[in-house]
Amino acid sequence: MTPRPRPLVDPVNQFFWQAGKAGQLQILRCQACGTWLHPPRPICAKCLSEEVAPETVSGTGTVYSVTVNHQPWVPGLKVPYVIARVSLDGVDDVLLTTNIVGERALESRIGDAVHVTFEEQDGLWFPLFTHSR
Amino acid sequence: MSSKSDPIISGVGQSAVGKFVDRLPLLLTIDAIKDALDNAGLRVGDIDGVATWPGRVETMLDMGPVGCDGVIDALGIKATWYNGAFESAAQYGPIAGAVAAVQQGWARHVVVFRTVCQGSARRKPELFPSVQPAGLSGGMEHIIPYHAYSAANWTAQMASRHFHDYGTTREQLGQVAINARRNGALNPRAIFRDPITMEDYLSARMISSPLCLFDCDTLSDASTAIIVSAAETGADLKNVPIRIDAIAQSLPGRYSWDQPVEAACYPTGKRLWELSDFTVEDVDIGQLYDGFSFLTLQWIEALGFCPVGEGGRYLEGGHRIARDGVFPINTNGGQIAAGRTHAFGYVREAVRQLRGQAEETQVDRDLKLAVTGAGGGPLAMAMLLARD
Ligand SMILES: [Zn+2]
Repeated sequence: MTPRPRPLVDPVNQFFWQAGKAGQLQILRCQACGTWLHPPRPICAKCLSEEVAPETVSGTGTVYSVTVNHQPWVPGLKVPYVIARVSLDGVDDVLLTTNIVGERALESRIGDAVHVTFEEQDGLWFPLFTHSR
Repeated sequence: MSSKSDPIISGVGQSAVGKFVDRLPLLLTIDAIKDALDNAGLRVGDIDGVATWPGRVETMLDMGPVGCDGVIDALGIKATWYNGAFESAAQYGPIAGAVAAVQQGWARHVVVFRTVCQGSARRKPELFPSVQPAGLSGGMEHIIPYHAYSAANWTAQMASRHFHDYGTTREQLGQVAINARRNGALNPRAIFRDPITMEDYLSARMISSPLCLFDCDTLSDASTAIIVSAAETGADLKNVPIRIDAIAQSLPGRYSWDQPVEAACYPTGKRLWELSDFTVEDVDIGQLYDGFSFLTLQWIEALGFCPVGEGGRYLEGGHRIARDGVFPINTNGGQIAAGRTHAFGYVREAVRQLRGQAEETQVDRDLKLAVTGAGGGPLAMAMLLARD
């Protein structure tokens, strides 16, 4: 498989890419007002608190939008594959762009129940999702 | 609000446009500028301002091969104002800058250009040695690692949600592409000149569902130039001045291609009418961003031609947007048929239509007001152009 293009890892987002090592999905949250902050940033957009910290979330969610990509954008890219945005249970106002993987991936529909699974590449853990039932 | 002192578009010009034009990006740009100067009846010595989007961008030379500096240097322009910058509400950012410059008296005649060499960069990559950044950032680090390389993937997801929420269909969306190809057939400068049928559309190769090949514009080499001038210069021009009635932009709080936030075209569309004395009923013609057909659907909703969610039904059958319909759009074939001029092609076409100078693509009625919208996702600017 074509390697995943690499994020620029910095002190603010490092937890996100490392949490999968322990099988956890973590999202940054304002500790003052509870607002979820994704992509991670060092200040809460709602209350301007700088007290932000990663919290482990359930890793379950539903498919919010989905597309099956057929175009080989880069050499060697194996198509088709599924790109989706997942709405996480218990996490308001955040969507994760991801790949839906597993046997039922190509039949993904909006509203499908999915859960996280991680794929490691060069020391970073990418959260992917697969069908729950 | 609309006023006699609004800056005008005095001239529009364009280089050769094609999937591959064997010409250096700077020379392509100068071709467009010379054409615009001729169209306005101005000389290089009259130009005192230069603006572009996104400027020269070393990380993507195919998309940003030429900046203001290069043009000023090549033409010896004595500039009293210039600006080229990536962070802007959409491709029309430098037009808004030029309007401000002219209103403030920083310049009288500003040449605004947009040059793309995405065709050449594929054919001759050695001429476009883009610098690769160390890693993805700016929100893209949470999108592109999932092999979501293209705006086609991001836009497809918005489309999939619209289909789900409002029952929009491929047959409805396909009317944008069919309309573009029908208009492109009339345009000798278009890249694709064969019309397509609904059957062609529905059987086309899928790119990123629900978007097929015909829902996407085509990479091209092109430069388009627009000259923004002070209102009082209008009397001395070769062609009818086109007044820039209003320019709107809006990004309410969140820049993102994937988070749960309204696409920027929606607040921008509302804002446009706050900035003008005209209403949506006054519009004669539209040039709406069709980098992907779904973005055109969004602009139709955003500008108030139909309620949000009704864009699919508005497009149904394709009659409304056809050149003899109530709201003719993308009359030269848009980017889907005439190539990715990256929004500036819409301004050129709008000006030509309003002046009655669009030749083969001219809509056969008296046109006074054109609307154009540029951008998708978090990028959006809209503009009203008037012939008084
Ligand atoms: Zn907070």
